[in-house]
Amino acid sequence: MLEIKDIHASVEGKEILKGLSLDVKAGEIHVIMGPNGSGKSTLANIVAGKEEYEVTEGSIFLEGEDIEELAAEERAHKGVFLSFQYPVEIPGLTVTNFMKTAINETRKAQGLEEMPAKDMLKKIREKSELLEIDRKFLSRSLNKGFSGGEKKRNEIFQMAMMEPKLAILDETDSGLDIDALRIVANGVNKLKNQDNAIVVITHYQRLLEYIVPDFVHVLYDGKIVKSGTKELAFELEEKGYDWIKEDIKV
Amino acid sequence: MELKDKLVSSFLAFENTVDVDAPVHDIRSQAIKTFEEKGFPSKKEEAWKYTSLKTVLKHDYSVFPKEENALEFRDVKKYFLHDLDTYKIVFIDGKYSSHLSETTHDKIDVCLMSAALTRDKYRVVIDNYFNKIAPKDGLSSLNTAFSKEGAYIYIPKNKLADKPIQIIHLSTGKESAQLLQPRNLIVVEENSHVQIIERHQSLTDNAVLTNSVTEIFADKRAVVDYYKIQNDNQEASLIDNTYIEQQTQSLVSVHTFAFGGNITRNNLNFYQKGEGINSVLNGITIIEGKQHVDHNTLVHHTEPNCESHQDYKGIFDERATGVFNGKIIVNKEAQKTNAFQSNNNILLSDKATINSKPQLEIFADDVKCSHGCTIGQLDDNVLFYMRSRGIGEKEARALLMYAFANNVLESVKIPQLKSRINKLIANKLNVNIGFDL
Repeated sequence: MLEIKDIHASVEGKEILKGLSLDVKAGEIHVIMGPNGSGKSTLANIVAGKEEYEVTEGSIFLEGEDIEELAAEERAHKGVFLSFQYPVEIPGLTVTNFMKTAINETRKAQGLEEMPAKDMLKKIREKSELLEIDRKFLSRSLNKGFSGGEKKRNEIFQMAMMEPKLAILDETDSGLDIDALRIVANGVNKLKNQDNAIVVITHYQRLLEYIVPDFVHVLYDGKIVKSGTKELAFELEEKGYDWIKEDIKV
Repeated sequence: MELKDKLVSSFLAFENTVDVDAPVHDIRSQAIKTFEEKGFPSKKEEAWKYTSLKTVLKHDYSVFPKEENALEFRDVKKYFLHDLDTYKIVFIDGKYSSHLSETTHDKIDVCLMSAALTRDKYRVVIDNYFNKIAPKDGLSSLNTAFSKEGAYIYIPKNKLADKPIQIIHLSTGKESAQLLQPRNLIVVEENSHVQIIERHQSLTDNAVLTNSVTEIFADKRAVVDYYKIQNDNQEASLIDNTYIEQQTQSLVSVHTFAFGGNITRNNLNFYQKGEGINSVLNGITIIEGKQHVDHNTLVHHTEPNCESHQDYKGIFDERATGVFNGKIIVNKEAQKTNAFQSNNNILLSDKATINSKPQLEIFADDVKCSHGCTIGQLDDNVLFYMRSRGIGEKEARALLMYAFANNVLESVKIPQLKSRINKLIANKLNVNIGFDL
């Protein structure tokens, strides 16, 4: 599904990713953990295609296709989705109209007809129920006046609507209370299937009580320094990142 | 000859075309004197600091409509709100077109100023209202001096105009440069309602300068919604002078959609004369190229417990220039006034400019007045967010601009008009969003 090969990336001339490789297959959930400043969000942004991030070396493949040169919207059309760490607010644009536009622009790019209004409404209803989102939120300006938890739930609602092949959840769990965390995790689990893949970027292992990853990777100083299974996350939680730093030195 | 001199000397010829014994003619002759003294405004005047008429005034304008030019409805249909049943007062090159119009005298008067100024049955209304609130500045006086034609709308008390009224000015460009000076009078008596849509449209690239004066009187509890569509050619300039007097508990809203033209100046003045009045001034400006739009507003609160709400949004691309000059005066007696003003702008290019200036003169102590002005650009983080959801850059930008202007659009009460404005915006932004906001 996603294959990242020896990627180097910088922002404003500063190198953040220093030869990162990652291989995510369809049907898998990968968790990426790491201390602040290790490059987690940069990884999310270069996969989604943010232009401020310059890839200086290496390549990114989605289903075997090099997507490194593609614009953010083209990557979305091919099935890449990023759940933002800090979702933006757009006053004057309702959640419903935003999603309608996103879905129909994507369908247009894929050579499909616009989704009939009836189907759109049905889908919106189903997915908002899945995320336990009150319908009145959907007629409000996107993220405007939403709490942190509501914004994150809205991100996963959008993921449910877009049905991406590859979803990257950038610290979707931070700022969530336990109920919201449960709802978000439940949503993610329901959306997961054998044909898609999810990369979860997180600080904490508490999300892993709800979402069971196939692999856990530790990102440190722009590289993946350790990979393992779920147990690695618990080990990290217990020993902290200093343990990794020590480990690398050895 | 300079335009001013040409106009002053044309007044004698103009007098041959009107009844010089009518009482209103004294008003005209007084006005031409005032114009002769004051002339056109220059940039030296504070209120005209950012808008120069110099280039506009250098054309050799034909100052009277010469002949009647006919147009077929099918050729100009797109400038009408044609999917809605309305009264229509249509002028071609300043002359009334009965062919394109639909007027009425059934319970309400929707007809011509030329009739109102000459016939006895309108005499009382003209005596009471004509030129009573237009200020004695150069431009208004010029219009008053040559006042002869325009729209006359009279809604007697307790009447609801049964459909909206369109006032449409079309210019054929038969003259190489044409000066138009429509004069409108709108009187809405107690408890009555009316909705009016006004549009100026030039059909060619020949120069047109319109110096329009509209006086609106809203009596007790009257409701007036006025919509101005300014989406003209690059060679068409418009000076729109609209003066509104409101009595107790009346509600008047004016929406100005400024989407193009050469130089557009809106002088929009509200004079509140009673208690419990609400005045609404909304505007969306979207311009590019070298277009220039100047909104000059005044709301004068004189009595207690009144409100005013101003919300102007501007989007400026390329070398377009905008001006917002909003003045609010609250008299000492006007306690418990709520006056709000906001002017938000987006500059899409480094070369575009906006000059925004609120002026609050508050003499009462128990009031709520606020003003806010923002000037920004489209946020790259927001654009990236939208693009990451599959919305292309052009569409994302357009959608953001729509969203930015949305609350003003929301307040348009005629659905067909709202939908038309939506389409005009989509055309301007060159996108098809696929839904009306």
